[in-house]
Amino acid sequence: MEETVRYAEATGLLGSVWLLVAIPLVSAAILLLLGRRADRWGHWLGVASIGAAFVLGLTYFFQLRGLENKSVERSLWDFIAVGDFKVDFGLLFDPLAAVFVLLITGVGFLIHLYAVEYMSHDPGRRRFFAYFNLFVAAMLLLVLGNNYVMLYFGWEGVGLASYLLISFWYERPTAATAGKKAFLMNRVGDAGLAIGIFIMFATLGTTQYDEVFNGVGGLAGGTVLVLGLLLLLGATGKSGQFPLQAWLPDAMEGPTPVSALIHAATMVTAGVYLIARSNPIFSANETLQLVVVSVGALTLLLGCIIGAAKDDIKRVLAWSTVSQIGYMFLGVGLGGGAYALAIVHLLAHGFFKANMFLGAGSVMHGMKDQVDIRRFGGLSKYMKITWITFATGWLAIIGIPPLSGYFSKEPIIAKAFERDDWTAWLFGGAAMLGAGLTAFYMTRLFVLTFHGPKRWTDDIEHPHESPKLMTIPLILLAVGSVAAGWLLSTSVPDWLTATAGLGGAEEGEAHGVLSHTVITILSILVTLIGAGLAWFLFRNGTATEPQPAGVLVTAARKNLYTDSFNEAVFEKPGIFLTRALVYLDSRGVDGLVNGLAAGVGGGSGRLRRLQTGFVRSYAMSILTGALLVVAAFLAVQAGWLA
Amino acid sequence: MNEFFSVEPDYYLILAAVLFTIGAVGVLVRRNAIVLFMCVELMLNAANLALVTFSRINGDLNGQIMAFFVMVVAAAEVVIGLAIIMSIFRTRRSASVDDANLLKY
Repeated sequence: MEETVRYAEATGLLGSVWLLVAIPLVSAAILLLLGRRADRWGHWLGVASIGAAFVLGLTYFFQLRGLENKSVERSLWDFIAVGDFKVDFGLLFDPLAAVFVLLITGVGFLIHLYAVEYMSHDPGRRRFFAYFNLFVAAMLLLVLGNNYVMLYFGWEGVGLASYLLISFWYERPTAATAGKKAFLMNRVGDAGLAIGIFIMFATLGTTQYDEVFNGVGGLAGGTVLVLGLLLLLGATGKSGQFPLQAWLPDAMEGPTPVSALIHAATMVTAGVYLIARSNPIFSANETLQLVVVSVGALTLLLGCIIGAAKDDIKRVLAWSTVSQIGYMFLGVGLGGGAYALAIVHLLAHGFFKANMFLGAGSVMHGMKDQVDIRRFGGLSKYMKITWITFATGWLAIIGIPPLSGYFSKEPIIAKAFERDDWTAWLFGGAAMLGAGLTAFYMTRLFVLTFHGPKRWTDDIEHPHESPKLMTIPLILLAVGSVAAGWLLSTSVPDWLTATAGLGGAEEGEAHGVLSHTVITILSILVTLIGAGLAWFLFRNGTATEPQPAGVLVTAARKNLYTDSFNEAVFEKPGIFLTRALVYLDSRGVDGLVNGLAAGVGGGSGRLRRLQTGFVRSYAMSILTGALLVVAAFLAVQAGWLA
Repeated sequence: MNEFFSVEPDYYLILAAVLFTIGAVGVLVRRNAIVLFMCVELMLNAANLALVTFSRINGDLNGQIMAFFVMVVAAAEVVIGLAIIMSIFRTRRSASVDDANLLKY
């Protein structure tokens, strides 16, 4: 198991892998620096830069396929050099990075294309594309870095872009608040990641991937556990996992393409990337893997339950993202071959979730920005393309064969049942229950939006299908949602085996508590029950006003009180602490300084009364002084003071 | 030297102290700047007398030389002082030092 991780030097065409990051970055810089002068053509530059990056990514991908050692790195310059400590500004292109590059630039390109039309009426379209390109550049840097500091660089970059894009419509207070919330909650996770990197430096003296992975075997178990937990904290922050999940649904305040690209397909999967990349660390400690699995299982159920109670189309999808990333965490936590399964699910999810988000955007586009699914209904007649493409996404996420979700999610459920002890039932059961709940809430969303009676607001007469520029990306993503699962699940695990340290999927006899066939049948059955129940309940639409509900639904509508918990436990004491400090500062510290000044001022105000302006009184004091001096001389002379 | 004509140096010192005291009291109690000025001169000359007497007592010339210095300084001071008094009198029509009290807190 203790294999050495070794990266080869990038040569030939792969030596220019830095172009992937540079092209979107330069494009973003141009759009931001030229300002309004770029308003007319800026969006096309933004699209073109991502397109170019995608073509380049494909080229590099095919180059990489032909290589013996499929992990090549390119060191550009010394980023930090202090004493013995050196951080490269270096890039690593290996199978794991390659699939991420293709996902980010491929799906990113389609969403950029879609956004040209979606944002066409917005005066800030050029700014939008500048931030969007900035995001892609940072995300590519995140997955391409060859050490943890590079990863952190990209990590903060995507955090910044995410903040800028969530509060893109900054004149709306909700959007501005959501941006701040995302930024602050991410900060909690980022602090964990940063401390984790410090620990690597302190114990191993390096942050290069290969040196860290080769050195982690020599570390004490406790150190590895702490290191892994800190990395996990960073991952939960970025990926919207428990306990830092609350920012992701609020992030839907941003424009819909942002929700599709950043908060569904790519950025929020950075946590999964981090854990998959750091797999030698996570594989080195059983407890650590158990924690990751628990976080994943808990979050996937949490996301499902809350998602089932929400009425905002984008928020349902957001909680669904939280839940699906929970599946990915479950996968990476299971270790071994499940790493690859999680990545497959990540890629498939990138397709079908981006598809559904863009579909939601298309619906909103036709319905005057209405987001309440209680106000939709019967749209299948009016938006044929959106309806069909959304249907592929819906069938994919709930895992109906042969769509992609079936091939990507079902193996994770099966893997969860393969654990040795009773936890197999716990985690397998959670994943299975999650599949049923997913089917329930996604079917609810789909039926309420596209079928049943019309419950539109009065100002909508005839909803229209979106223009071609929006439907073409939808169609392409729908094709991905249908086909990607089978393609990915057959090719990606083998491909990822070449990633240094990422163990291959061992397709031996699965000695789980249930046989694979039983699990497959069960999961399809659970899915059908969930979907059927939702169809039965919502086929005739729903009330357009909030209805009284039981304890569970009320709790789910309030995000299972997680926000209230954060508010009571962290926010309130924080505010109290701040107030106490302000009081201490204004009364204590300022009081001391101001009191001293007032004392000196008052004292001198009294002392200056001695300056009467009468010459004779001055003469009197001079005389008195002179007499005192003489008296002192005499006293000394007489020996009185000796 | 005739004993009859020789006077104890203490007497000169007492005289100097008396003159100095008269001058000091004059400076403190009088208002007219000219009178004040004369009192200051009186004090300076009392100091001169004391210096010359010390010179006599010690049998050297140090005190007398100091007395010359005092005279020179006093002369210079008178020139400037009188000029100031004149200019104050011209603007304020008064030589009272109590009237010139603008420079205060």
